[in-house]
Amino acid sequence: MKQWFRTGKPWIWLTAGAVSVSLVAVIGLVLMIGWRGLSFFWPTAIHQMTIETTTGETRTLIGEVYDSEEVPIDRVRQSGVEVDASEGELITRYLMKIGNREYVPLDFTWVVEPTIIDDQTPTDMAIIERTKDGNFYGRIVAIEQQGERIANHQERDFRDVLFERVERAVELHEQGLDLQEDEIGRINYLLSELGLEERRLKLEGQLTEQALAELDAERERLQADYQQLEKQLFAIRDKASRDTLIVEDFRGEEVAIPLYRVLDVNFPNDMHLLAKIGHFFQQIGKFVSEPPREANTEGGVFPAIFGTVFMVLLMSVIVTPFGVVAAIYLHEYAGKNPVTKLIRIAVINLAGVPSIVYGVFGLGFFVYMVGGSIDQVFYPEALPNPTFGTPGVLWSAITLAILTLPVVIVSTEEGLARIPSTLREGSLALGATKWETIWRIIVPMASPAIMTGLILAVARAAGEVAPLMLVGVVKSAPMLPVDGNFPYFHLDRKFMHLGFHIYDVGFQSPNVEASRPLVYATSFLLITVIVGLNLTAIGVRNHLREKYRALEQ
Amino acid sequence: MISVSPNSASEKLDLANLTDEQRALEIKNLSLYYGEDRALHDISMSVPKHGVTAFIGPSGCGKSTLLRCINRMNDLVESCKVKGDILLHGKNIYDKGVDVAALRRRIGMVFQRPNPFPKSVYENVVYGLRLQGVKDRRVLDEAVERSLRGAALWDEVKDRLNASAFSLSGGQQQRLVIARSIAIEPEILLLDEPTSALDPISTLTIEELITDLKQKYTVVIVTHNMQQAARVSDQTAFLYMGQLIEYANTDTLFTTPMEKRTEDYITGRYG
Repeated sequence: MKQWFRTGKPWIWLTAGAVSVSLVAVIGLVLMIGWRGLSFFWPTAIHQMTIETTTGETRTLIGEVYDSEEVPIDRVRQSGVEVDASEGELITRYLMKIGNREYVPLDFTWVVEPTIIDDQTPTDMAIIERTKDGNFYGRIVAIEQQGERIANHQERDFRDVLFERVERAVELHEQGLDLQEDEIGRINYLLSELGLEERRLKLEGQLTEQALAELDAERERLQADYQQLEKQLFAIRDKASRDTLIVEDFRGEEVAIPLYRVLDVNFPNDMHLLAKIGHFFQQIGKFVSEPPREANTEGGVFPAIFGTVFMVLLMSVIVTPFGVVAAIYLHEYAGKNPVTKLIRIAVINLAGVPSIVYGVFGLGFFVYMVGGSIDQVFYPEALPNPTFGTPGVLWSAITLAILTLPVVIVSTEEGLARIPSTLREGSLALGATKWETIWRIIVPMASPAIMTGLILAVARAAGEVAPLMLVGVVKSAPMLPVDGNFPYFHLDRKFMHLGFHIYDVGFQSPNVEASRPLVYATSFLLITVIVGLNLTAIGVRNHLREKYRALEQ
Repeated sequence: MISVSPNSASEKLDLANLTDEQRALEIKNLSLYYGEDRALHDISMSVPKHGVTAFIGPSGCGKSTLLRCINRMNDLVESCKVKGDILLHGKNIYDKGVDVAALRRRIGMVFQRPNPFPKSVYENVVYGLRLQGVKDRRVLDEAVERSLRGAALWDEVKDRLNASAFSLSGGQQQRLVIARSIAIEPEILLLDEPTSALDPISTLTIEELITDLKQKYTVVIVTHNMQQAARVSDQTAFLYMGQLIEYANTDTLFTTPMEKRTEDYITGRYG
């Protein structure tokens, strides 16, 4: 035994074991989140279940089976369901999403297995995605055009007609949205700018008759444009409201669903594997490219992806030069004395400060002090409405830049220390000053280390949520921080963030069951985004390493 | 006093009494301290122009330290203090207000291990010129060819000037470093054991190169290899324990050394 210890084998096992545990943890995490997140997009069958209620009546439910669990019989009995089963037995119950929110109090319901009399998956069951009130499950009976039935579900080309009409409705819907967001949004933006311009002139005492007349003329012109666009919008809406779907719901009643509120119609029970795969990717595409709907419980997460990436990039742009310059001073110029040591220790310890503290600091210092001063000096016309004196993407980026500054400084310093002194001397011997040597030789050679610092900083910043809640993140931002209106980058705007989105959807949502898969999907997406950002940075670093390979000599 | 042509290495110089025209550099009562330790003791010597002067001596004798004093490379060592003068054209390089960068442009240096920059061959050679703000492509191209020819490297690298300097062999890299130094046309070239990291064939090439270089530059070389000193140098200084023991024309020093310690060293009794 003692001999075995002396061979060092236990050490090898111990170290290998530690690596395995880490590996299993990481892979397990990614697999679990990935599986639960991605399976949300896979089309599941729509069940038509007939169940017996406690009063002995039968009831039909139509919906997707979301989840199933084994529960002791006692718990079922306690919840008021009578079943024939002996004591201590486990029975299965299913969580069904039945949708049709306007006709049922809850769009999720539990079904206990023994109460099910009949369970079918008819091929003509449709799942209808709508702009409001979530999904609708039912059997599409007919299509009406301005109150007249033009197609019946018994007809052979019914589905072709259906898909064609749905496509038209979705297209019109998108046209309307585009018009609203781009053109009308631009006019609204210009109008508010005009208002600010007027106030600014007034504050400066330059609001002459002529200037006022010009402003009014401009305003009238925009108003006229607005009227025009509004007419267009109404025309589109009119066109869109032509068709109506007649759907038979779980009660067996025929319900009219106007097509302009329909986003997609699918028949998952009638899909073969290839169609399912296509649908899967289509759903993922929608998830990453569309804005959220209905208090974030439906739709996609595009603004959150955009906000996360934009904020992280902005933070990188701020933190890199700062950290590099600070590291160069600490390593190259500062004297090797206790004060420098103290500063270095302080910098390293900054990394250990809880992030929420940075949030509080950012709110107090950047938002209120710096932002407030900027408003008073540059945007007096907008007061008392703050421009920069309110949480926004710029302040978030700066706050996270400070949070990640120590990481960049420490790894840059390490990189600087690794550069062989012979290269420094070689440069100095050619008549370069210290500054020229640093700029032309040292910094390029330290760039892989700088990139390492940036990678660590990005990894930390992209996952940080707590400080952002104080300095700029919101549940739902109407506008992206980048758009087509001058000056294109609106750093004062609030933004959405994937991390906060997870928190919001998972814990602030009125509909917990509906949002659970979204939490997994968004988490998986957040991991993907962070990994993507890191891989990009690692790619750049490897390229730089290849270029400055002197160190391995 | 014998009149000698400065270009002729074969004729003996009276090293103790060089005229101003013959002298490239004069070291006067130079002492150097690392903190409390004294590394150089009161060294005085004159380095003649257009010749190769070798510093020899056992490890730790201070020969490299003395060499690094000449272009003030020791300034980088924090605890290092220098007393005494080194006169270049009659001016002390340790005076206050001397532009160290300008001084190093006049006194180039090549180090023990090849230290090319992580750039292309071309960019390595023009590094010094770019520092001086030379941007004209023609001037740079000419300088590259002239310097690489001067360092006997042109024929080997002329087709891959844009390749990384690291793709060259060790001997080529060392010649590239020499080319880089002579691109800015210094007066004096300091070589700090330039062949100690190289194989015998590269060493031979560099030694031949040194003999060529003295036509244009004053060369000071530190070497631990006595044969090398005997082969390439015109004057040799023997240092021991931080003191200049003997300084004479090379063949005199190696054949009829005045000092017992010199004789012991060159006959291999220590070192």
